Amino acid sequence: MPIQCSSCAKNRAMLRRPKTGHSLCKSCFFWAFEEEIHQTIVSARLFNPGETVGIGASGGKDSTVLAHVLKVLNERYDYRLKLLLLSVDEGITGYRDDSLETVKRNQQQYDLPLTIVSYEELYGWTMDAIVKQVGLKNNCTFCGVFRRQALDRGAMMLNVDKICTGHNADDVAETVLMNVLRGDIARLRRCTAISTASDGEGGIPRCKPLKYAYEKEIVLYAYFKKLDYFSTECVYSPNAYRGHARTFLKDLEAVRPSAIMDIIHSGENLSVKEGVKMPVQGTCSRCGYISSQALCKSCVLLVGLNRGLPKLGIGKHHRLHDKILAQQALTQQEEKKLKAMNF
Amino acid sequence: MCQVDEEYDSVLEQKSLPAVSKKCMKCKEGTAVLIIRVGDAFCRGCFKEYFKHKFRAMLGKNRVLFPGEKVLLAVSGGPVSSCMLAQVQEGLSREAPKKLRFMPGIIYIDEGGVCGQNAEEREKAVVQLESIFRTTGLPYHIVPLEQVFTLPESVLEPVYRREQPGSSYKAAVDQHIRSEVTQGHGKPTVEESQGALGQLSLQASTYKLEHKLALEGLFSTLKTLTAKQDMLHTLRQHLILHTARINGYSKVMFGDSCTRLAIKLLTNISLGRGAALAADTAFSDSRYGDVVMVRPMRDYSSKEIGFYNRLFEVQSVFIPGLDTKTADKASIQRLTESFVVKLQADFPSTVSTVYRTSEKLHTACPPQSSTTEPAAKCLLCLCALDTKADDASACHATLMSEQLSRGTVEKTGRTDAGCCQGQKQACGDGGCCSTSRAPGATDLRSLLCYSCRLTIKDMTAVDSLPPYISSEAEKRQRRAAMKKEIGEFLLEDGGADDE
Ligand SMILES: [Zn+2]
Ligand SMILES: [Zn+2]
Ligand SMILES: [Zn+2]
Ligand SMILES: [Zn+2]
Repeated sequence: MPIQCSSCAKNRAMLRRPKTGHSLCKSCFFWAFEEEIHQTIVSARLFNPGETVGIGASGGKDSTVLAHVLKVLNERYDYRLKLLLLSVDEGITGYRDDSLETVKRNQQQYDLPLTIVSYEELYGWTMDAIVKQVGLKNNCTFCGVFRRQALDRGAMMLNVDKICTGHNADDVAETVLMNVLRGDIARLRRCTAISTASDGEGGIPRCKPLKYAYEKEIVLYAYFKKLDYFSTECVYSPNAYRGHARTFLKDLEAVRPSAIMDIIHSGENLSVKEGVKMPVQGTCSRCGYISSQALCKSCVLLVGLNRGLPKLGIGKHHRLHDKILAQQALTQQEEKKLKAMNF
Repeated sequence: MCQVDEEYDSVLEQKSLPAVSKKCMKCKEGTAVLIIRVGDAFCRGCFKEYFKHKFRAMLGKNRVLFPGEKVLLAVSGGPVSSCMLAQVQEGLSREAPKKLRFMPGIIYIDEGGVCGQNAEEREKAVVQLESIFRTTGLPYHIVPLEQVFTLPESVLEPVYRREQPGSSYKAAVDQHIRSEVTQGHGKPTVEESQGALGQLSLQASTYKLEHKLALEGLFSTLKTLTAKQDMLHTLRQHLILHTARINGYSKVMFGDSCTRLAIKLLTNISLGRGAALAADTAFSDSRYGDVVMVRPMRDYSSKEIGFYNRLFEVQSVFIPGLDTKTADKASIQRLTESFVVKLQADFPSTVSTVYRTSEKLHTACPPQSSTTEPAAKCLLCLCALDTKADDASACHATLMSEQLSRGTVEKTGRTDAGCCQGQKQACGDGGCCSTSRAPGATDLRSLLCYSCRLTIKDMTAVDSLPPYISSEAEKRQRRAAMKKEIGEFLLEDGGADDE
């Protein structure tokens, strides 16, 4: 016997919502999914009329769905936003060049302007070249730091008011777990914030309109909407520890589907003892980007790369940053410590 | 998208093989019998000293146990709480350099009725534990879980007590010293507690058949092991709290090791209990007001405790729990435990890192309109309600999803979500909640915190809850309705609930 849609009570249900367990027809699911994102946008006051909003587009499912839904909602509710796509080309052969093709197709389908900024033009290094020097162990550190800044720089070039990224509920919940496992209290406090605008961090405000959207529902949405996305994992595989957290989250979700939201709720209601040190934000003395240290993370990494000392930005070597800033020579021992990456 | 890790790899060092040294690192003479951490090799004697010192240091640092105060030790028979009992006994002994000056008693909650044990098995476990308890000479209480069906609703009434723990500690110490001097004896605890031997086992360890059936009925309405474990924990707390109150204990000690607390912290995050995380995992937890829960074993790893118990023959009794012999993925609690244990095997700093996180947290005050009104407390866990969050929250988004999927919201684009969120706007006008008179699941929800709602949601029939819970719920609902009726005449929020 076909199951009836629990929302309209008319159509045949086509899917069971991973988030609530309700059986819905296709159009009711689309409606609920989009409406929830609209509610998130409205209740968190993510945008103001007339703003230019850059959508961080990677070609993956999250940003593809985000671009699609934002366009739909912008028209449906007359947000009066100027939407544009912003992509970062990390320079990873066989991964980024393919996914960028997807972004370019999206651009045509959604009729949104697209800008691509590349690591190569910003930093003089492609990820392929970085991996050649640092190996596969810490390359995600480089990539993450560089991407964050690259998006900001691209957005500044385009006079964008806000950047939104495709982080979904699973990503946020996973980050909560990761920060607990690492004991990173500063990030734990920040990671559930839906936007960084109120943090006083400087830089271009960022937000996550998909913060409460389940990854599984994003896939369902893309599947039924027949959205075109690129679904290969980055060829330079991610960190194993995060992999553990991801698996754990998936297992939790299997035991109790609301676990993802429950973890986010936990994260939103945590509060940190006063007197626990929080990093003070300043600006990088080399490039002017926001940083809690004298040198921003990406400058440290860059200096390390350019001087053949790739380990510089990986561990805690704050002491050495001043030396580098002052262009002093490092001792042999210091050099040795920062060099060897292999094995 | 690629998931990025900044700078953590260096922090999370992979396990390396310990360098075995033959001599004790402390006295440099004795032969090392164990290695706690890499490089920390101890001889037998030094290990004992180290272990004892840690216990005293934990109590000394926190200064919450007053001299002469009655303290209840919650003993489950497991290795940690058994070790805790041994530490207290050690501290009470004549030879102890700085004797503990509080008056301990023991409580054991017999949960066999919901953990699949038959009467014979339960009896056997109780006999084993009683023989251990007797040798301590301390008064003890063996309470079957079935007793929750006899609890008065006052257990759930929040007690608000405002005081400065530091100053009262000092006052209590001074008072104690004075009384010791005048009475001229310096070792009251052991003698006095031995005098209490006659009235040991104050509560009969028996239970009525009807309560046994009621308890089984209650647990059969809980659909998931996650909810069962959570409910068991809640009921156990209530029973311990009540026993402490009627016997004049003002502190209860729980045997939570560092390992257990790390698991608990991660479990509670996964259960949506983030707001109560500090209360649930800190050294002391004063949510009940008059009875404070403390966790003096929190600095020991389960490994250390295992060593100690083996070296110094601390007896423990294995009693199967709700999740004994269940699969790893049987419940959130079980899953988290196996996750932490496995991760700890690969990354030995996992437990201590997570545990340290707990020390940096404190309970977030839910947004309150007025400072005079104490925050409303959850009916079940007695933590401050964390459900009044603003619109852009997971709590709100969840309600939203429910409503949109049920189709109860008109498709106009504007929705009136959150009508059952706060108690103040309790919905009575045919809103999203049912308005039936019997306290159904929806009615109960408004009295519960986010996480306890999840447990009740996994329940098929809320009328199987013990009477003290349902009658306190009804009482609170009547009060809320009353307040709503007279709302326009009240000049200040709260007031009457303030005492
Ligand atoms: Zn439908
Ligand atoms: Zn910089
Ligand atoms: Zn020694
Ligand atoms: Zn609760």
